[in-house]
Amino acid sequence: MTPPRDPAAMAARDRAAEYLVSRHRYRWAEALPWLACIAVFFLFPDRLTFGSQVLVMVLFALSLDLILGYAGIVTLGHAAFFGIGAYTVGLGAAKLGWTEPISGLFAAFVLASLGGFISGWFLLRYRGLTLLMLTLATAIMLQEAGNLGSEFTGGYDGLPGLVFDPLLGRFEYDLYGHTNYIYALVVLAVVFYFVRRIVYSPFGQALTGIRENVRRMHAIGSPVHWRLVTVYTIAAGIAGIAGALFTQTNAYVTLTVFEFENSAKVMVMLILGGTGRLYGAFLGAAVYMIMEDYFSKLSPTFWQFGIGLLLVLAVLFARRGVLGLFEQAGEYFAKKKGTKP
Amino acid sequence: MPQFAIIAVSILFDGLAYAMFLFITSVGLSVTMGLMGFVNLAHGAFAMAGGYIVVSLTRDLGIGFAPSLAIAAVSVGAVSVVFERGLYRRLYKATDLEQVLLTIGLAFMAIATATYLYGPIPKSVPLPPWLQGDISLGFRAFPTYRAFLIVLGLVLISVLWYGFEKTNIGAKIRAAVDNRRMAESVGINVDLLFTLTFALGSGLAALGGGLAIQLFGLSPSFAVLYLVLFLIVVAVGGLGSLKGTLLAALVIGIIDTGGKYLYAEAGGFFIYAITVIVLLIKPAGFYGRE
Repeated sequence: MTPPRDPAAMAARDRAAEYLVSRHRYRWAEALPWLACIAVFFLFPDRLTFGSQVLVMVLFALSLDLILGYAGIVTLGHAAFFGIGAYTVGLGAAKLGWTEPISGLFAAFVLASLGGFISGWFLLRYRGLTLLMLTLATAIMLQEAGNLGSEFTGGYDGLPGLVFDPLLGRFEYDLYGHTNYIYALVVLAVVFYFVRRIVYSPFGQALTGIRENVRRMHAIGSPVHWRLVTVYTIAAGIAGIAGALFTQTNAYVTLTVFEFENSAKVMVMLILGGTGRLYGAFLGAAVYMIMEDYFSKLSPTFWQFGIGLLLVLAVLFARRGVLGLFEQAGEYFAKKKGTKP
Repeated sequence: MPQFAIIAVSILFDGLAYAMFLFITSVGLSVTMGLMGFVNLAHGAFAMAGGYIVVSLTRDLGIGFAPSLAIAAVSVGAVSVVFERGLYRRLYKATDLEQVLLTIGLAFMAIATATYLYGPIPKSVPLPPWLQGDISLGFRAFPTYRAFLIVLGLVLISVLWYGFEKTNIGAKIRAAVDNRRMAESVGINVDLLFTLTFALGSGLAALGGGLAIQLFGLSPSFAVLYLVLFLIVVAVGGLGSLKGTLLAALVIGIIDTGGKYLYAEAGGFFIYAITVIVLLIKPAGFYGRE
């Protein structure tokens, strides 16, 4: 290939190269969500139990972003892996006396990834409605299986009153959820670091390629199925960690974690925040949970109508979510100033 | 008559009645999905709307059960055209995800509206005398209502089969399902065809919703709870196939009923297991095109 001689084309090529080199660097704006999380700890010390629930959902939405936002896998059964993680630590604590929390997270990660690997290996050959139904059916089957073994799992009454060891053997859980909040935030930060690394790696690029044009990826010899199975396994493991955190911070778990509603809810959060941009999970989960907390106290019916309307409006007018709206606004003002974004 | 034979006949009878409900409600979804590839998660909401219209007409206005069913089917079919023209049309070329989100948003709004208007408690419907009681077949008495459901289902299947296979418009629909572009290039107005089938499918869903009240009771969660079953029937049967939808409805209806008779603790486990097995072997369903 001969290099372009035209100076404009050269400049464009340099800009593209510059973009590729700097794309993964940390930007100042990225500190904002983390500073907000820390600020919440000091500003709302009596709402931290709710705060750790939000962080759990952020983590769950982040795992979905990997497969939905980056790899473009549309699933209605992501709650399956959240549930596997939740029950790993739940049953571990109730039946085996495994009450050490951090090793519990690892166990949840391993088992949920295993579930993701097995189901992904079978299911990811399919697309469209078939894939939707297969993922949905897998999650509900797990739920029904849990109900079938209700002597062991507690069925829909769940496993209440679980007790976990103090964190690192030192930090007791307090009534206000301070320990839990910090715990959830640290886990989220660690996982987020890895997810960010994955997204900006060549592997992450391949995923985006599969999302944008799967035929072309096949044509250039990318092992599409293996890439998808790999990311599905990772995302399942992260969802498992989120589920385990859910059980640990609530000290109970019921079979409702496997429900279709749980899968749908996390998807709605991610869509509202914006897919394929990491921080969409933060914004979406936080906005959704806070609105749900506020409006469903006012009137659950009203809230359900509102979330339905939000979804319809988001699809019609804001397909890139709230973050997408910000980006559009940014582009608009940049254009007005006459500078290129 | 031996015990197991009586149980087998009961399972077949109840399963058949259940299958007819599944078929009536899902067939429209199958054809519209086959035509446009549109994932319509609001289909259950149309069925629910039909059910509540029947409740209102029979309870508040004192109209008979059968005419109420007809009114519900026609009115929901007519209203669905507004949705199709106004909203769905914009998203035919959009991704699965966007279609899923739009229609699930509509389903949520419908559930909230139904909860607001009718409350969360399940509703029942007064049946006319000719649908009450049992029909005795010597060894066992069968509920008249389920027998009626089976007969109505068979009649609708015959009518749909005739319309689909023997009429001009049915041939056009089949052509458009097979190859939309080709059908358009030989001058078939696929857009209009789609609006018509969408209205017909939504009307049938409303009819199914009205028929379901007596079987399961009607609460706002109907729109999502049974939606999963409709989607399973459509996916297992194969998109746009009348034969496939019928076969899938029979398989799911009878297996689910059998499971509930023989092993109630398992709940819906069997139908989901069957769904996964069928779709793993035949990803496009029984009669879908690969």
